[in-house]
Amino acid sequence: MTEALDLSLYAKPEGNGTFGMELAVDGIACGACIAKIEGAVKQLPGVTEARLNFTNRRLHVAWLDGVFRPSQILTTLERIGYSGHPFVPLRAEQEEAAEARRLTRCLAVAGFAAMNVMLLSVSVWSGNATDITPETRDFFHWASALIALPAAAYAGRPFFESAWRGIRTRNLNMNVPISLGVILALGMSVVETAHHATHAYYDSALMLLFFLLCGRTLDHEMRRKTRAVAGNLAALKGETAHRFDGDELVRVPVAAVKTGDRLLVKAGERVPSDGTVLTGNSEIDESLITGETARRKVAAGATIYAGSMNDAGTLTMRVTAGGAATLVDEIEKLLEKAASAKSHAMRLADRAARVYAPVVHLTAALTCAGWLIAGASVHDAVVTAIAVLIITCPCALALAIPAVQVVASGALFRARLILNSGDAIERLAEADTVIFDKTGTLTLPEPRVVNAASIDPALLQQAARLALSSHHPLAVALSREAALRTPFDGATEEPGQGVRVMIDGVEARLGSASFCGVTESAAPEPGMSQIYFAHEGHNATFAISQWLRPDAAAAVQSLKVLGLDLRILSGDRSDAVRPVAEALGIRDWLGELKPAEKIEMIEALKAQGRRVLMVGDGLNDAPALAAAHVSLSPIDAADVTQAQADAVFLGENLTPVLDAIVISRRARRLMTENLWLAVIYNAIAVPVAIAGMVTPLIAALAMSGSSLLVTLNALRAYKGKS
Amino acid sequence: MNVLIYMVPIALGLGLTGLFAFLWALRSGQYSDVDGAALRVLSDDDIEKTT
Repeated sequence: MTEALDLSLYAKPEGNGTFGMELAVDGIACGACIAKIEGAVKQLPGVTEARLNFTNRRLHVAWLDGVFRPSQILTTLERIGYSGHPFVPLRAEQEEAAEARRLTRCLAVAGFAAMNVMLLSVSVWSGNATDITPETRDFFHWASALIALPAAAYAGRPFFESAWRGIRTRNLNMNVPISLGVILALGMSVVETAHHATHAYYDSALMLLFFLLCGRTLDHEMRRKTRAVAGNLAALKGETAHRFDGDELVRVPVAAVKTGDRLLVKAGERVPSDGTVLTGNSEIDESLITGETARRKVAAGATIYAGSMNDAGTLTMRVTAGGAATLVDEIEKLLEKAASAKSHAMRLADRAARVYAPVVHLTAALTCAGWLIAGASVHDAVVTAIAVLIITCPCALALAIPAVQVVASGALFRARLILNSGDAIERLAEADTVIFDKTGTLTLPEPRVVNAASIDPALLQQAARLALSSHHPLAVALSREAALRTPFDGATEEPGQGVRVMIDGVEARLGSASFCGVTESAAPEPGMSQIYFAHEGHNATFAISQWLRPDAAAAVQSLKVLGLDLRILSGDRSDAVRPVAEALGIRDWLGELKPAEKIEMIEALKAQGRRVLMVGDGLNDAPALAAAHVSLSPIDAADVTQAQADAVFLGENLTPVLDAIVISRRARRLMTENLWLAVIYNAIAVPVAIAGMVTPLIAALAMSGSSLLVTLNALRAYKGKS
Repeated sequence: MNVLIYMVPIALGLGLTGLFAFLWALRSGQYSDVDGAALRVLSDDDIEKTT
């Protein structure tokens, strides 16, 4: 390609006259790829460093300024069989990475302290049973305090900060009882140690922090892993635009396009940004915007939207600010309304905390009062009350839900679903009605050859291979059938006509009917397009249309078996929706809906008490996704839409939607089980504590035992498919 | 039991060494590519070819 690719947007100075860049790399299969990629990139003149991170499939390259053009990295990667695209990590991803590092540091400190204090505690417990001297015990207690107090102050910060926020906003979360338990346990232990007492609870406080930090760190790591994959997928779309710099044409990343830029949109490319057409005539496919599959004719002065597909003509356009486009405006207004109206479903963990915290604190207060009335000393009453708080400190309860979430989001990830929001699992499990968009959701986002089965396979392969040499949308659709991915040598494209090449000494042509010298036939169904092929007297006509995802029928059937009510709400013409609905056996369907009407339908269903799962990809679906109880979108969806979805699914299949429901329902069941386990544990442990019979040894056994139990139970969510 | 007076601090010191070693490893990026490290050890392109 003669057109220069300008990647200066992504290059970051790294000192000493070097620049660096991060690239997401696709196609890495095995360990040998590491050496292959790093070796090839390092050989480029000017490159000082190339290091591939195999875990998150990212390549870091550094080079000396001046001698080297970063676009060479991309061509080198392509030459050795990989595709790469530079990217800037999202801010959310960076923040999450920082938070994960902080949690790991806290975990390390808590782990170190808990182990050492436990070592001292075990000595004291066994000494108490035999012949430890009070001086040695005091020494061990003071040594424990020396480790425990600074360690808890450091490792407990994530909980203390969250608890403080909760108290200030008068919103009791699980961190309030946790923080209170830890602080009281440590405080009481110090006072007791000063009074040469037999029992101290340093180990309980640290063990609690250690277990809880384990849960949090795992939760965070899982989220970070899925976010890294999502970041790579976004970067690998590699969206670029052709920008006029004066008269010269430069290829730039879409992120570098600014309002007022003049862009060229070639045939078969996506419109990179909202704007108005300056010159040229074409038809554009706006199915990603409105769900409408019929193409719209555009000429100078027309408004076009980012994400629509340009058909056969070449356009030049002027980029306008998003606000100038009326459709996008309307969508944004609806989005705002939907987002503000959305009643935030209270998470299971918060609901549990709201009941749990007051009950526990009341029990502790009553215990203290009870012992005082019964004639115990103030010291004994307070110590018993604090023991109640320690034993009820919601170790099991606080792990009950996050542990399941970690395991379940791992299972979802293997089922090719990437979660956007933390509580999506709970809401997915509650869904009883599923609303599908048609275009790009039930159907594949890209058109396919629909009559491939009725065509001679040899002819199909020849035509598909020839189609690789063209950028025309119909040819691109046909080329997906090609088994051999190398184009013919010497194929030439006649713009607006077709492509031709010599095969075995005879010319083969692919393109319009007149170009191939055959008579044009009518399309078998409205909305289908045709492309013709002729070689050695053999002709073929390929009908191309958007078609169902390969497993759509099976997935829909299974969803019905699960007892879900299925509907289709589409922005496309009713004529186009009917065959899809009939093929899938979905009786409730509506076409020609505007975004606002989709929201109305969802609101009506919500008013009947239903929990709606919305699955959609178009820009027009974004408000509906926001309004629904929970939402999914395919990875090819418009960016705004993807941002609204609770989870994004990958690949050509619809099965992830089914898996999402199956896995999250099982996870939800396990969460409830775990909560009950925690309640049973408390029902046994609390009376013992109220009776004043809890020693630090019993507290340690009870806490680790119950935590282990809920964690083991959570592992049952690991199974991917039902 | 006076031996404890210096045994306990020594034990703690050893534990702290481990903790700081871990924090150092974390900071210097030893855990940033755990899958890659497992595979890099198998590559032998740092050995000069003798043939």
